[in-house]
Amino acid sequence: MGNQLMPDAPGLELIAQGIEEGREGTVIETSVEHGKATLIVRPDGVLHTLSWLRDTPDQGYRFLSSLHAADYLPATPRFAVHYELLCRERVERINVKALLEDPADTNGDAEKLPELGSCVDLFPTAEFQEREAYDFFGIVFRGHPDLRRIAMPEDYVGWPQRRDFPIGGEPVLYTHNEIEAPRWFE
Amino acid sequence: MEVERETLRGRQLRARDLLRGDLEGKDLEEYVEERLLTTTLEKALNWGRANAVFPMTFGLACCAIEQISLVTSRYDIARFGAEAFRATPRQADLLILSGRVSIKMAPVVRRVYDQMLEPKWVMAMGACSSSGGMFANYAVVQGADKFMPVDIHVPGCPPRPEAVLHGFNKLQRLVRGKPDLGWRQRYNAIGTEEWARFESGEPTTEAIDRAAQAVREQRDMRGGSAGVAEEPPDSWGTS
Amino acid sequence: MSDELLRDEADVTERGVDRNTEDPSAPLMDATAEIAERELEGPGLEPEQEVLTINMGPHHPATHGVLRLIVTLQGERVIELKPVMGYLHTGIEKSCEDKSYWKVIPFVERMDYLSYYFQMEAFCGCIERMVELEIPPRAKYLRVLHMELDRIMSHLVWLGTTALDIGAISMLWYCFRERDTILDLFEMSSGQRMHTRYFQVGGVFEDIPAGFEKKVRAFCALMPTRIDQYEALLDRNEIFLQRTREVGIVSRERLLELGVTGPLLRAAGEPWDLRKVDPYLAYGDFDFKIPVGTVGDGYDRYRVRLQEMRESVRIIEQALDGLPEGPWISDDRKFVLPPREELATSMEALIHHFKLVTEGFRVPPGELYYSIESPRGELGCFVVADGSSKPARVHFRDPSFVNLQSLRDMSVGGLIADLIQNLGMLDPIIGGVDR
Repeated sequence: MGNQLMPDAPGLELIAQGIEEGREGTVIETSVEHGKATLIVRPDGVLHTLSWLRDTPDQGYRFLSSLHAADYLPATPRFAVHYELLCRERVERINVKALLEDPADTNGDAEKLPELGSCVDLFPTAEFQEREAYDFFGIVFRGHPDLRRIAMPEDYVGWPQRRDFPIGGEPVLYTHNEIEAPRWFE
Repeated sequence: MEVERETLRGRQLRARDLLRGDLEGKDLEEYVEERLLTTTLEKALNWGRANAVFPMTFGLACCAIEQISLVTSRYDIARFGAEAFRATPRQADLLILSGRVSIKMAPVVRRVYDQMLEPKWVMAMGACSSSGGMFANYAVVQGADKFMPVDIHVPGCPPRPEAVLHGFNKLQRLVRGKPDLGWRQRYNAIGTEEWARFESGEPTTEAIDRAAQAVREQRDMRGGSAGVAEEPPDSWGTS
Repeated sequence: MSDELLRDEADVTERGVDRNTEDPSAPLMDATAEIAERELEGPGLEPEQEVLTINMGPHHPATHGVLRLIVTLQGERVIELKPVMGYLHTGIEKSCEDKSYWKVIPFVERMDYLSYYFQMEAFCGCIERMVELEIPPRAKYLRVLHMELDRIMSHLVWLGTTALDIGAISMLWYCFRERDTILDLFEMSSGQRMHTRYFQVGGVFEDIPAGFEKKVRAFCALMPTRIDQYEALLDRNEIFLQRTREVGIVSRERLLELGVTGPLLRAAGEPWDLRKVDPYLAYGDFDFKIPVGTVGDGYDRYRVRLQEMRESVRIIEQALDGLPEGPWISDDRKFVLPPREELATSMEALIHHFKLVTEGFRVPPGELYYSIESPRGELGCFVVADGSSKPARVHFRDPSFVNLQSLRDMSVGGLIADLIQNLGMLDPIIGGVDR
C-alpha cells in the first residue's frame, strides 16, 4: 500500500530534537499514526520548522504538497494549519501541524482573527493555498503578498468552513411545505 | 362571459359578411390578416425559430461535458439544427445552463441572459441548475429559477445526452406554439397547489386567478407570444 | 456586481459604451481614449506602448470552464495575469461534514468532474487506511482498471478541447468518439456514464458483468490505432508545431517550487509519478513506463499525455490478464453491507445492515492525508474523523488548483494567443479549482 513511507518513530524524534535545538519550545508533540508522521508545533515556530526541514542537508523536505487548515471545535486549540511536506529524493512525507487558538474566545472580541506567519517565501506554492485557508477559516497569514478571498465573492461576510458556520441551503419542498418559496416573478 | 359572447357574436357576423361578399376595404383586409396571413406567418416564423436554435456555449460544470458530447457525432444535435453553438450572447437563442450556479456566478449568468436578444429560451440542464441538485448549501443557488425565467428543466446528474435531446425536442414544441402542457394543466389541477387551498380543500377562484396572472406575466417578461401558447387553455376554468 | 469587482481588482477595465442604457448618440471612442490617457505611464510614452487591462471570462469559450483572467496587455504581449476563481465554488467540503461517509462519495466525485474515479479512490483509500481495512486483490485490480480508463477518458477530453482552442477543430469529434466508447464501458460496469459512485470503502460496489472483459479487450485493441490517428493529425502538423513549440516554458525548479505535479512536471523533465515512486493499490504489479519530456513547452505536454494514454492501455491489458478471482469487496461487516442472501438467515447480518444503512459506519478519531496520481497531478485527500459517522473535515488537495499558479509564469511575456494555448495545455478543471 502506498503512502507508507515516512520517517519512523525514532527518526521523527531526531527531527524533533534538531528543530528544538534551533529554537526552544517549538515542538509540542510528535506522533506516528496510520503510517503518517506528524510534528505538532507552536504557531510562532512554524516558519523555523519549515525552513529547518527544507534547508538542513540530510532532511531536504523541499516540496510542499498541501497546506490546509482544519477547525476542531469544540476542542481547543481550535484551528490547526497542516503543512504536508515531501522529500522527493527519499520519497518521505512529514506533516507539520501548527495549532492556533481562536482569539475571539479569549478576548471576547469576535472580530479578531487567528494569525500565522506566511510561508510563501519558503514555498511559493503556498500562495493560493494560504488564500484558501484565509477565505474559509479567517486565518490571517502575515507577510502574504496578496491575502484576499479566493473562492467566495469579495464582499462575503463570514468564514464558511468554520464548524459554527451554518451549511445553508433551503429546505426541500414537499407537498406539505410547497407554499413557502417565492419564485422570481413574485 | 359577457365579453366573450359579444366577441364571438361579432366574429360570427363578420364571417357571415365575408361569405356574402359584404366586407370590403379595410374591414376585409383586417379580416384576412387576422385569420389567414398572420397565423400562417407566425407559424412559419416559429417553425424556423424552432429548427434553427443557436445555443450558447455556457458550460459551467460536469453537465458541460455531456453538453459537448451532444455536439459530437453520436448524440448529434446537428440533426435538430442546433449545432451552431455561439459564444456571444448577442447571437445566441438558447442558454443551456449546464452545471451548478454558484452565488458568485449568478449575477454573471443573469447579465449574460440579459444581453441575449429576444426571442430567447433557457434550458436548465441537470439537477443543479434546476433546483440546486445535491448541493443544498451556502454556495449554490437552489435552482436558476430563483433569478431568471427557465423554460425547460432536464433532470439528471448529469442527464444523458439523449435526455437533453428529449428536453430539446420539447423546447422546440414550445417554440412552435404547441407546448407540452404541464401536468397541472393537463389534468385540470391548476388550483391544487398547497397555497391555493381552502381549509375545506376546495381550490379558490382567487388562487386560480393568481396562478393565471403569474403565468401571463411570465410570458410578457419573455417578450410576447413568441414560443408560448397563445391563450391559457380553457381547462383552467377562469370565469 | 461584476462592475464593482472589476474596479476593485484592476486599475481600470475595458468599458465600452453600453448601448442599451446610455445615450446611443454618444461616440464610442470616448471610452477608449479615456482608457488610453489614464493608462499611459509617465510622460512622453507613445500610444503604441500603452497598457490595457482586459477581463477574460468567466463566460468565455476558451477558459475551460468558469475561470476569470484579468490580463494586462501591452499590444499583444501579456505583462501581468491574475486569475480570479470561485465562480464554481460549490461548498463540497462543507457539505461533506454533514453527510455520513458513504454519502460523501458522490459529493467528492463531482469536484474534478473528469476524474471522478480518482476522487473516489482518494477518499475511499483515505478512509480504508484510517480504519485499517484491507481490500481484496480483485477489488484492487478493478479499481486500477477503472482508474486507468478514466485517465484515458480525461486525456481524450483534454485533447479534444485543447485542440479545439488551438484551431484543430476536428480533433473534438474524434476524441469524443473514443470517450463515448469508454463511457459505454463505465455504463456497463456501474450503470452510469459519469459520476458512477462505483468505489466503496472496502472495494468496489459490484462485480463487473459478463462480457465486460471482452469489450475492454476490444477497446484496448482499438485504442492504440486511434492514438496513431491523433498523432498523424497533430504530431507533425506545421501549424500545431508552430503554435506549441517553445511556448509556455517554465523551468523544472520553478515548477517544483510552485507545487506543480502531473504531466506538466513530467513534460519539464522530472520523472515524478506517484504510481511509480510510491505504488498504491496494485500498481506495483504492472509494468509500465512514465513518459517524460525534455523542454517543457506545449508540444512536450501534448506528447506526454498522448504517451500516457498508450501506457494506460498497457496497464489495462495487464490488469485484465492478471485479474484475480475472489470477492470484489471486503467482508468486514462493520463497513461493508452484507450480501442480501445473508439477511434472511443471519441476525447479525441484519443488524449490521441496519446500522450501516441508517447511521453509517463510524471511524475512530484521527486524521490522515492520502494522495494519488490523477490525470492532472497529485490529488490528495485529507480527512479528520471524530469518532462519529460523519467526517469532521474533508479537504482535497486538488492538482488543478495548485497547477493554476504556474499559468502566470507560463504566459507573462508571451502573446495572448499563447495564453489561450497555455491554459489549454495546463488542463485545469475548474470544478477542482473551486470545489
